[in-house]
Amino acid sequence: MSVISIKDTHKSKRTVGIIFIYMLLILIVFMTITPLLWMVSTSLKSDSETTSIPIVWIPEKPRWENYIRAWNSAPFGNFFLNSIKITLTTTIGLVFFCSLAGYGFARFNTPLFNFLFSILLSAMMLPGVVMLIPLFILFRNIGWIDTHWSLIIPPMFANTFGTFLFRQFFLSIPKDFEEAAIIDGCSLIGVYWRIMMPLAKPAIATLSILSFMWNWNEFMRPLVFITSFTKMTVSVGLSVFQGQFSTYYNLLMAASTLSLIPIFIVYLFAQKYFTQGLVMSGIKG
Amino acid sequence: MSLTYHKRQIIYGLLFVMPVVIGTVIFNIYPLIHSLILSFTDWDLISAPRFIGLKNYVNMFTKDEFFPMISKNTVIFSLGSVPLGMIAGLILALLVNRDLKGITIFRACYYIPVIASSVAVGMIWKWVYNSEFGLLNSVLKVFGIQGKAWLWDPSTAMLSVIIVSVWKNMGYNMVLFLSGLQNIPEELYEAAEIDGCVKFKKFLYITLPLLSPITFLVLITSIIGSFQVFDLIYIMTGGGPGYSTQVYLYYIWETGFRMFRMGYGSTLAMTLFLFIGILTLVQWYISKYWVYYESK
Repeated sequence: MSVISIKDTHKSKRTVGIIFIYMLLILIVFMTITPLLWMVSTSLKSDSETTSIPIVWIPEKPRWENYIRAWNSAPFGNFFLNSIKITLTTTIGLVFFCSLAGYGFARFNTPLFNFLFSILLSAMMLPGVVMLIPLFILFRNIGWIDTHWSLIIPPMFANTFGTFLFRQFFLSIPKDFEEAAIIDGCSLIGVYWRIMMPLAKPAIATLSILSFMWNWNEFMRPLVFITSFTKMTVSVGLSVFQGQFSTYYNLLMAASTLSLIPIFIVYLFAQKYFTQGLVMSGIKG
Repeated sequence: MSLTYHKRQIIYGLLFVMPVVIGTVIFNIYPLIHSLILSFTDWDLISAPRFIGLKNYVNMFTKDEFFPMISKNTVIFSLGSVPLGMIAGLILALLVNRDLKGITIFRACYYIPVIASSVAVGMIWKWVYNSEFGLLNSVLKVFGIQGKAWLWDPSTAMLSVIIVSVWKNMGYNMVLFLSGLQNIPEELYEAAEIDGCVKFKKFLYITLPLLSPITFLVLITSIIGSFQVFDLIYIMTGGGPGYSTQVYLYYIWETGFRMFRMGYGSTLAMTLFLFIGILTLVQWYISKYWVYYESK
């Protein structure tokens, strides 16, 4: 008899424990998403509802026109086009050049290649702010200030982390794959393009997602390098908008909701690459 | 034509790596050297740069009345956000490191603030903190607590920014800790259970020690990150009220791009670089002794 009852209490204890954990988990969900819900809720309020006490969570009539008002109050069309253009170009170029270099470094192990790789490694730990003033001066001298080149070219060609990621990935691919192809008369370019790149899809996805996030959310470089309103990216444009409409909280929240939509959509579809990529960048970088 | 197959391969290989190598030299290495040179000059971008030796560095430590204050604020931010962010991240990781239905949805939820841009996050929280109509004070009112001005009060502004930073980064720390937790072999816990270990003891004698490499990594990267906080401060407080949230990067930005003191701005940047460089080297050096954990 005693054995059974112990088993029973043990079981019910476990159930209570699981319920407790679920409650904790849900509580934390509230903590993480309440500010975001508050943002969406505010974005749909009328001006008077925005500043009503006590607060209103669900507006009487959702004011979707807030989004149009916000969109028309600043050149948001430009901001989005700029951000999309910069993010896409940078990402495509960065994946291409990083995979190319990553393959080169994985394939060759001579002193020259090791030396070149050590240059990249030493640059990997540089904090971005150190480069900000010299890059500003460089871009000023070559006329890149207030152009999108200043935001596209450096991350495209100087992504040491991406190169490192691809090198690690290619090193993990068995040599037989390449050798078979080389015997068949494939050149190095052929091996890279026809054999390595199709195998590297996970690495390509991870780096693309990371690059998308870095470039979409980047703030300090566009703040410094871009001066005219219409050339700004979403993040910097949003901050200027905030300065101008600082009391129209419903419009501000509508604009910030809009700015978050692209990254949330990507997150929805490529969630695992976000977490994977960031773990890698944390551990290696 | 007379090149051997092997040599031709190597030339191709060099062509493969060159774009990134040249890019890194132009956009990373050269700016670093230029920054070092600039840090010994006085330059306002209009007249010619003037070489003044170590004067910038001497001034920074002796004359600049902002430097000690800004360093202090940065350290306060770091001391607040790093331990809180790590504890929050560890708790989250321990919570979600189990086989429950829907656990991946919870993980995904906790990660949302990480991917959101700090500009949007800063704007949202500025509104949450609003002293008249903000969400926080309204909630506090329900519990009969008198709200505060949060971001607009020098005594609470820094704390308020720290909370936002913890909220934003705890999901990131969670993922790092989780990867560490999942590397701990299950047999260890089973063995401990046979020995009659209770849950808390298992945590203390197995989880924590085996998690130490990742904890150390999170610690160093968090410190480095916290010394470079900028976006949130720019959006939420602009360094104010007064100078209560003026932090290091904000000061570099103001010096360089508001006052156009390129020389002194570079001095500040180089000092930060030195500090971060030391931390990174310490991490590299120490993590070498911990590699065997990971290879297990």
